[in-house]
Amino acid sequence: MYVAVKGGERAIDNAHAWLAEERRGDLDVAELSIAQIREQLSLAVNRVMAEGSLYDPDLAALAIKQSRGDMIEAIFLIRAYRTTLPRFGATAPVDTEAMACDRRISATFKDAPGGQVLGPTFDYTHRLLDFALAAEGDIPEAPQSEPRTEVTPHITEFLNQEGLIQTEVSSDDVPGDLTREPLELPSSRPLRLQALTRGDEGFVLSMAYSTQRGYGRNHAFVGELRIGKVAVEMDIPELGFAIEVGEIELTECETVNQFQGSKTEPPQFTRGYGLVFGQSERKSISMALVDRALRWQELGEDNMGAPAQDEEFVLYHSDNIQATGFLEHIKLPHYVDFQSELELIRKLRREAMENINPVQEAAE
Amino acid sequence: MDADVLKGGFADAPIEAAHAFRAAMTAIARPGKIETLKGAVPPAPMSVAAGTLVLTLCDPDTPVFLAGEWDCQPVRDWIAFHVGAPIVSAAEAMFAIGDWAGLAPHTQFAIGTPEYPDRSATLIVECDALKADGAVLRGPGIKDTASMGLPEVDAFQMNAMLFPLGLDFFFTSGDQVSALPRTTKVEAA
Amino acid sequence: MSDYNFAYLDEQTKRMIRRAILKGLAIPGYQVPFASREMPMPYGWGTGGVQVSAATLTPDDTFKVIDQGADDTTNAVSIRKFFEKTAGVATTEETSAASVIQTRHRIPEDELREDQILVYQVPIPEPLRFLEPSEVETRKMHSLEEYGLMHVKLYEDIAKHGAIATSYAYPVKVEGRYVMDPSPIPKFDNPKMEMAGIQLFGAGREQRIYALPPYCQVVSLDFDDFPFEASKADHACDMCGATDSYLDEVIMDDAGNRMFVCSDTDYCASRRKAGHVGAQGTPFEEDAA
Repeated sequence: MYVAVKGGERAIDNAHAWLAEERRGDLDVAELSIAQIREQLSLAVNRVMAEGSLYDPDLAALAIKQSRGDMIEAIFLIRAYRTTLPRFGATAPVDTEAMACDRRISATFKDAPGGQVLGPTFDYTHRLLDFALAAEGDIPEAPQSEPRTEVTPHITEFLNQEGLIQTEVSSDDVPGDLTREPLELPSSRPLRLQALTRGDEGFVLSMAYSTQRGYGRNHAFVGELRIGKVAVEMDIPELGFAIEVGEIELTECETVNQFQGSKTEPPQFTRGYGLVFGQSERKSISMALVDRALRWQELGEDNMGAPAQDEEFVLYHSDNIQATGFLEHIKLPHYVDFQSELELIRKLRREAMENINPVQEAAE
Repeated sequence: MDADVLKGGFADAPIEAAHAFRAAMTAIARPGKIETLKGAVPPAPMSVAAGTLVLTLCDPDTPVFLAGEWDCQPVRDWIAFHVGAPIVSAAEAMFAIGDWAGLAPHTQFAIGTPEYPDRSATLIVECDALKADGAVLRGPGIKDTASMGLPEVDAFQMNAMLFPLGLDFFFTSGDQVSALPRTTKVEAA
Repeated sequence: MSDYNFAYLDEQTKRMIRRAILKGLAIPGYQVPFASREMPMPYGWGTGGVQVSAATLTPDDTFKVIDQGADDTTNAVSIRKFFEKTAGVATTEETSAASVIQTRHRIPEDELREDQILVYQVPIPEPLRFLEPSEVETRKMHSLEEYGLMHVKLYEDIAKHGAIATSYAYPVKVEGRYVMDPSPIPKFDNPKMEMAGIQLFGAGREQRIYALPPYCQVVSLDFDDFPFEASKADHACDMCGATDSYLDEVIMDDAGNRMFVCSDTDYCASRRKAGHVGAQGTPFEEDAA
């Protein structure tokens, strides 16, 4: 006798209870605090803030704890929370030239005003597991120096002074908002950059890598990479002027790309741009490469048919929250559709068998 | 700013807007059917129903056109305070509010584009009264035929011929609303 | 959840969705772009339907959620709980008692009334998407009413298989204008789409809302010599004996024995309550099952 499966609700509650236990793990091991995650897993926190499109290290740390370290799940928690927040307005554009840089490097010049500042980078570490870290001891203090107080000029501006790099026209137009308007194609560069900065790091990295391997190659050099804090200002209409509402850490990357010239543009260097919350170096360089690849039309380049040149392909597939949801939804029951397919395939087979082999059909 | 401007909004916005939307949706899904729509108390000459539609559907993202007597300071201030919608010219409007004569010529409003027929204006036509008898209506939302009093027939016939482009209409009077989307075919009774 | 607004979404988001619903009803079958929000459930799990329901529900509603026709499938349970918490609405499993029904993959067997609203969860709203992956192109095709590609696809099916090899998400033409994806309902359900209730379709990830007003003309695409046929398993329900309902096939044992049962659990239960018994069913008892 068949009894319909009931108790979905109880199954869900039990699954949640079990999940909570697994999240906590062995009770003999001390529980992680939000502050520990925020301070000691800060690059994970940065990724969650960047792809979650919400700058709040404590909430990002909470999301990482809640998601058991599943980064996409953590990003999802932040996105879902972000949706419920009231929108007070838009800030003034941040001035990255005035950034207090922790790191600032250029691959295109040996030295430049402002200097090369390595900052806290993995770049020249030897990737050897450091067993001393397992011992949880104190760390030696890093040497200090006086912080630089002058503005650090953008490297690409030196090229611009010579007219060697394409000038980016400044505009006071209000850019579209990917989170508040449905995506419409063809899109615009501000919307593309928004999609890339919150896009999945792995996806953007792979797209960028594909351009380096020839799928829409654009010969990128890191003109400049800078990481540091910038002030965030907001116009308060009641006051009639802008006030500083806080400070955020950003990574900015400008690439300098070779360009042979085209039907519409003289030979000159061109730019790709990446700007990401937190210290997110790999992401910002990747973003700059993909940004540059997507600019083929405006620069009069040929469409090579490369994935990274295809705005629709990149914009519709860069978001890991959309991607993971749709991918994982095939876990949901589909038995109604499957049933209709079963009937169809039986019918088609029956008819095909009749045509091919009437005897075999009879045996079935 | 006049203190009266601050009054006449929803007392409990999420709940009142939900009820108002259901009335508006029923109206547009069933052309000719008269629904009750209340909650807002806008300044004259705007009706309760029109004011409630504005509170339910308009915000800073929806440019609004005010026609004739409806383009007055109290109405402008009320909309600015309660919904923050920009007041614009007819051609730029997503919503237009006024009486039938004031909204003329009706060809001045956006009818959408072939790729985006939804980018068309919705007209909120203030009426002295809503009547259930009048022109004969056929089309989606109507089982066989329906009827409603209309200020004229030609304009709605012309509008239906634009389908899938065209304007969509709400008719308001007091706390009553009915609607006529572009899909409805109208015949004089 | 009391920190969140009624029905979870903020009022500005609801207004945006409500405007899209009204334009959808005014242009039946046309997909209205809307700025879908991240919901606290994954994309692909009903976020479009949930946003449409959130913008539609009032506290006076009675809400029903089905997935595969069943009220007790886990995702249906999860969505129902979400609205119990965030909107405080009454919920029901009885089709006739519901004023708003959110569904994934089925239309209830009971005919819906004028005062009922059916909200569909839609994964891929674009009926032309698997023939043409580019949104720019498909939008152009809709604007030009250029549906030749779809007819070619259906015709190729016939040439190859002797029948149209689409058994669910079977495309329809609405009011003689827009070709529309009915969501992945079995084609058995297609004829029910000409109904008295309002039908709203929400695709969250793809950012589209579309709608069918009551009594709207909805025609399943076909050819004169290969007319559309609403098919189902050629059995009666083994629980309630119904011959007019869509059936699920359930594997009963290791030997592969099967039985057929109504996919619409409320329809089956109410028939059994009324005394109908199928070939393998037992008389209905309260709290059984």
